[in-house]
Amino acid sequence: MPRVLLIEDDRAVRDGVTLALRRQGHEVAAAETGEDGMNRLRSFRPDVVVLDLMLPGMTGLDVCRGMRALDQTLPIIMATARGDDEDIVVGLEAGADDYVVKPVRARVLEARIRAVLRRAAGVPADAGIPKIDTHGDLAIDRAGLAVAWQGAPVPLAPSELRLLLTLSASPGQVFSRQQLLEAVWEHSFHGDARLVDACVKRLRGKLGEPPREPRYIQTVRGFGYRFTSR
Amino acid sequence: MRLVVAFALVAALTATTTGALTFREARTGVLQQSQDAVIKLLRTQVSRLASGLAFPPGRAELRRFAADVAKGEPSGTWRVLAAYRELSATSVPDDPFEELTPALREAVGSSPATVFQRVTSADHTSLVVGMSVIYIAPAEAGRPVSGVRVFLTVPQTTELAYVDALVEAVWRAAVPALLLAVLLALLAARGVLRPVRALRSATRNIAEGRLDTRLAVNGSDELAELSHTFNETAAALEESVAELRGMEVRARRFAADVSHELRTPLAAMAAVTDVLDEEAARLDPDTATAVRLISEETVKLARLVDDLMEISRFDAGAAVLHLDEIDLAESLRRTLASRAWTDTVEARLPEPDALRGRVDPRRLDVAVANLVGNALRHGAQPVLVRLYEDEGPGAGRRAVIEVLDSGPGIPAGVLPHVFERFYKSDTARTRTEGSGLGLAIAEENIRIHGGTVRAANRPEGGAVFTVELPLRRDEPQREGRS
Repeated sequence: MPRVLLIEDDRAVRDGVTLALRRQGHEVAAAETGEDGMNRLRSFRPDVVVLDLMLPGMTGLDVCRGMRALDQTLPIIMATARGDDEDIVVGLEAGADDYVVKPVRARVLEARIRAVLRRAAGVPADAGIPKIDTHGDLAIDRAGLAVAWQGAPVPLAPSELRLLLTLSASPGQVFSRQQLLEAVWEHSFHGDARLVDACVKRLRGKLGEPPREPRYIQTVRGFGYRFTSR
Repeated sequence: MRLVVAFALVAALTATTTGALTFREARTGVLQQSQDAVIKLLRTQVSRLASGLAFPPGRAELRRFAADVAKGEPSGTWRVLAAYRELSATSVPDDPFEELTPALREAVGSSPATVFQRVTSADHTSLVVGMSVIYIAPAEAGRPVSGVRVFLTVPQTTELAYVDALVEAVWRAAVPALLLAVLLALLAARGVLRPVRALRSATRNIAEGRLDTRLAVNGSDELAELSHTFNETAAALEESVAELRGMEVRARRFAADVSHELRTPLAAMAAVTDVLDEEAARLDPDTATAVRLISEETVKLARLVDDLMEISRFDAGAAVLHLDEIDLAESLRRTLASRAWTDTVEARLPEPDALRGRVDPRRLDVAVANLVGNALRHGAQPVLVRLYEDEGPGAGRRAVIEVLDSGPGIPAGVLPHVFERFYKSDTARTRTEGSGLGLAIAEENIRIHGGTVRAANRPEGGAVFTVELPLRRDEPQREGRS
């Protein structure tokens, strides 16, 4: 029974989404404020968080960053009333794994939740290969789903880990944003490059890549990204 | 420039003409005066001395007469020749008297009047005067002309020097005057041209949208008045433009605020529509109908609000392109597939990777989906989507996407308005499945790519929407596909 923590300040939306998700078989805890949501994190121990971006007091961005600091692997779906590109990008860069733009139908939200949960369960396509890849300072444990850089573990969010696993499975191969979107986010809707770009940016930051000349994850202009082990 | 040249030319012409005319008058005056003085003195001398001349005179008498006449001029520059019939004598012995031309000699012989001629030889100019001596003695009353002729040569060195001095004086006066005149002309031209130039650049500024442009008003001439009028016009223009912009901004903000405020209640409603749909099956028919109606309308309302938000983003200039080089045929195929149109819409697309372009994939998807959706709703099947590359003359490489349907076509009166927001072809304003914003959003999405979209009717029936996208490519790849 997946446990969903919903943080939403509007009562009607909170009740509506709670009702819809409960009927889909989720166990739902609803929090009215960001502070409340942070408190419920320990007691409720959710599998996934659905987070409203515009909250009074502690904003959705603050909550997102705070949760990432506590738990790197908790999937967070950002629900935003503002579909402006800028808001979405800011939310994604704060560490959200996915986003939905309100108003969202219960079926769509449900599909997104299931997708992030599948990813969080960590069953990447090549999970059967029990080995640890080392690329210079970077070590990727495919079986244990852990990443270390210079011997120290690097905490990665589910989408970041899955992106790194997907790219590093075939070093040198160029993946288009669309391919990555489908492999990592399981999005059937095509063309949302913002998810990919924001995630690559976060991943580079965590791997300590120099922004000008990234060593591992390289941009191939006009096509997408590729992983190089050199 | 033309004005400057004209001013300078007028000034130069005035100065030179004045100089030249002054010189001519002065020269004529000088020569005339000296000539008159010489002739008058000669005549006086001749009249005074003629009575003492014996008749008919011998050579010695002629010589003495000539010498006497020559003495009449105190400075002694006169050279005189006296002649009677074949006899002639000069005031200075053995003077060849070269200056005397046969024409002058002839002229004096046949007329009692005084004749003169200016003769220039080698390096000096002389005035040669000739006159006949007229007898006034009663005894010879029948023959007034005595036959004695007197010729006088006076060098005109002084006069010429004087004229030369005059030329130099005129020259010296004219050059500074000319320079001064040209200078003043340039200043005057600049005085006129500067405000004209300022006016020109100010007009250009206004045309480029810098409505706060104003001119400095100096003095109270016609130019100042023109500048003043210009400033007033610019101020009025700026004011009304600011007013219009303010109204436009308020209207846009209102649309955005409305969409935004609609979003929250809609989010709650949209979340439970699926619950309502599921429940409807178990309810009594009337309640089920009511519930399904609410559910359907909520979905439509949600789509309308989405479209309104999208339009207000375009209006606010907040729509950004996220360009990516993609395979256009693949993009179109996905657009059809993701909306389950693959079976209802025929696609004639180029080979994979044959036509790549730099576009925002999401916006292209929205535009194509709206055009195809429109064709499916308002036209009739079969609907055909075509994609090909077109290299128009001068327009560069373009990708052309055509959406054709087999419906009745678009009425001629509606055709110019199809891309307008909420445009309804019939006055009854029947509600269709769409939001009424689909084509407007499609057009905005194409426009932001620098492309165009137009609607037309096919001669064989049905409507055709044609999208033309400029094909921008990335710079040559440094890293290829590996």
